[in-house]
Amino acid sequence: MSLLSIDHLYYWVIVILLMLGMYSMIAKPNLLKKLAGLSIFQSAIFLFYISLGKQTGGTAPIIAPGYDTYANPLPHVLMLTAIVVGVATVALGYALIIRIRDAYDSMEEDQIREQDDQA
Amino acid sequence: MIENHMTIMLVVLPMLAAPLIALLPSKNLSWGLAILTATLQLYLAVNVLLDVQGGTAIHYELGGWAPPWGISYRLDSLNGLMALLVCLINFVCLLYAKASIEAEIPGRKLGLFYATWQLVVTGLLGIVLTGDIFNLFVFLEISSLSTYALIGMGRQRQALMAAFQYLLSGTLGASFFLIGVGLCYAATGTLNMQDLASQIGQSDQPMTLYSGFAFLFTGLLLKAAIYPLHAWLPNVYQFSPQAVSALLSATSTKVALYVVVRCLLDVFGVEFSLSRLFADLLLLAGSLAILFGSLRAIQQTDLKRLLAYSSIAQLGYSVVGLGLLTVTGLSGALVHLFNHGITKAALFMGAGMLALGPGTTLLTRLAGGTHRPWLLLLFLTGGLSLIGFPGTVGFISKWMLALAAIEQGHWWLLVVILLGSLLAILYVWKFIETLYFVPQNPPETSTGPVPGRGMWLACGLLCLAIVYFGLDTRFTLGVAMDAARQLLGVHP
Amino acid sequence: MRPDLLLKVLAKFLIPFILIFAFYVQFHGDFSPGGGFQAGVIISAAAVLYVLAFGLELAERGIPLRALQYLSSTGILLYTGVGVACLLKGGNFLDYSVLLDNDVAGQHLGIILIELGVGITVASTLTLIFFTFAHWSRHS
Repeated sequence: MSLLSIDHLYYWVIVILLMLGMYSMIAKPNLLKKLAGLSIFQSAIFLFYISLGKQTGGTAPIIAPGYDTYANPLPHVLMLTAIVVGVATVALGYALIIRIRDAYDSMEEDQIREQDDQA
Repeated sequence: MIENHMTIMLVVLPMLAAPLIALLPSKNLSWGLAILTATLQLYLAVNVLLDVQGGTAIHYELGGWAPPWGISYRLDSLNGLMALLVCLINFVCLLYAKASIEAEIPGRKLGLFYATWQLVVTGLLGIVLTGDIFNLFVFLEISSLSTYALIGMGRQRQALMAAFQYLLSGTLGASFFLIGVGLCYAATGTLNMQDLASQIGQSDQPMTLYSGFAFLFTGLLLKAAIYPLHAWLPNVYQFSPQAVSALLSATSTKVALYVVVRCLLDVFGVEFSLSRLFADLLLLAGSLAILFGSLRAIQQTDLKRLLAYSSIAQLGYSVVGLGLLTVTGLSGALVHLFNHGITKAALFMGAGMLALGPGTTLLTRLAGGTHRPWLLLLFLTGGLSLIGFPGTVGFISKWMLALAAIEQGHWWLLVVILLGSLLAILYVWKFIETLYFVPQNPPETSTGPVPGRGMWLACGLLCLAIVYFGLDTRFTLGVAMDAARQLLGVHP
Repeated sequence: MRPDLLLKVLAKFLIPFILIFAFYVQFHGDFSPGGGFQAGVIISAAAVLYVLAFGLELAERGIPLRALQYLSSTGILLYTGVGVACLLKGGNFLDYSVLLDNDVAGQHLGIILIELGVGITVASTLTLIFFTFAHWSRHS
């Protein structure tokens, strides 16, 4: 199986990270853990893009004498933007969680739902 | 000089207004600047749309860098129509928001509220106008993040959970989109939509493209709340501040659906993306959405939640039109995005006006609202448009879709469309009956704030638009037909 | 010896270097890796270190919340303002070449201003986020 060969190893790592993040988002009732899952999911995407830019034997994309193979800088730039987006998302998520905890006195989704159903 | 830059000004104006509004000391000044920006944008949107009528396109290169290296904006009939929708709704909702939001949010937060609002508009217009697929992702996140913040400002505490759940599913959708973009970039080496379109046919990595395609559309359909990926929508529409519900219901899902249309037909192209299976899947998902959304709407006891489920159903009509893949069907789908946008915004505004005093939209609490007889006119116009009654905008789009279904010989689809209208009669009657014909148990004297003049004006404008565009279809339908022909590559 | 003395001395010693490095990343960004995002994050890291070592009250006496709010808006305004200035000079949005008579000099000026705007916004916003969260935990 060529898919299982070592040159696809990093894709497998990324896929595993994606799955871990999504599992935590879906299965954990704790809001903080959900948000952490989201963060892992996004980080896996960053890794995916960075791995796209890899060139065998390439160096950092800065023109310097003695080097002629460079990694593709575009995915790095794109991920810089995506990281900023990710930071904003997580910060907003935390802010919401704090306000939810203030309002419901709980961070567990099932308990919050119970309180809503009673009301 | 300004003529050449109208496209970019649509996005730059709110981006410039947002920080200024946040800096302004008074809430009235903030609102004034917001409405001024919205007026200018509306003027620009009408102008650019007139410029591209008849099938031309405007190109704009950011920083003077030619595509595919730089980011370019491209405006044709399709996104011209969407830009007009966003600008129109933004303007009307801001008119409405002044009195409505002051009753819901403490005064010191109003400046930030309007600033965040401008960021939502920046994001939505950016999505609509950009020709670069990564740029689209960035604008998608700008608008989504600001949207989550706006939703969290709702009066009830459920608004916070709604915002958080929307944050999770919205970010998941955007992340899927991002993975899809990455895979497409890996296969083609470009991010410019038009360049992507020309590279996709020649790519030697079809498997990478197929998986990219799958990720991209899963993400987009989640953002557009297409059945069965709609779960985040009802809570969001129910618990947002009133003006925000109106803005979101008319723009955010519509813009996401626009991206679906753009990517499906323009970027990937009909041959690649719509093998019969996928088109049939769209037809199926759309029909299920119509039936499921309408049936759920009938069961609701909260006015805003009822309208939210009706939105899920109405989005189904557009998906069906897209799945039909004919000029009639597609133009029906596109014009329905516009028509349903103004209809739903009007209805949410009406719901917001009822909620002004009691602070809730539970139908039992609102029963017997005889004190606001003028609102009956609004609910009737909007309701008839949801049903698809002749003389309202809802009729036009459903007529086009029904025609398209007959053209293709999909009789079962015609049945679904008619059944959807029949169910719409039920849920529209449900809320009109409860609101106006059920005697109120404890006769509640309406205390609380009175609807402001801006609110009445906004509702009136939308009602007029619903009737006007329902009678004179040359403009909206003409643009939608242009767009559909361009997308499907059919020459008149 | 107070238990946090070491932390305070170290922080006092480190923060100037962190800031200098941030400014290097900021203003050398158009020749080498770096730019507004990275510099902004480094600056806010310095602010976080300061708060951890010396407490929130002292930090807010130096940089009040209100000032951070103004700064984060100013940064965006600077960014968009440069874009609009390019428009007024007859170029496309963010086409820095038209800013000065010399194309290359214009490009340099444009990118420095833009990155400055980004840097100001990122630094002040991240610090603001941290301050807000720190306040919150105190109230509840």
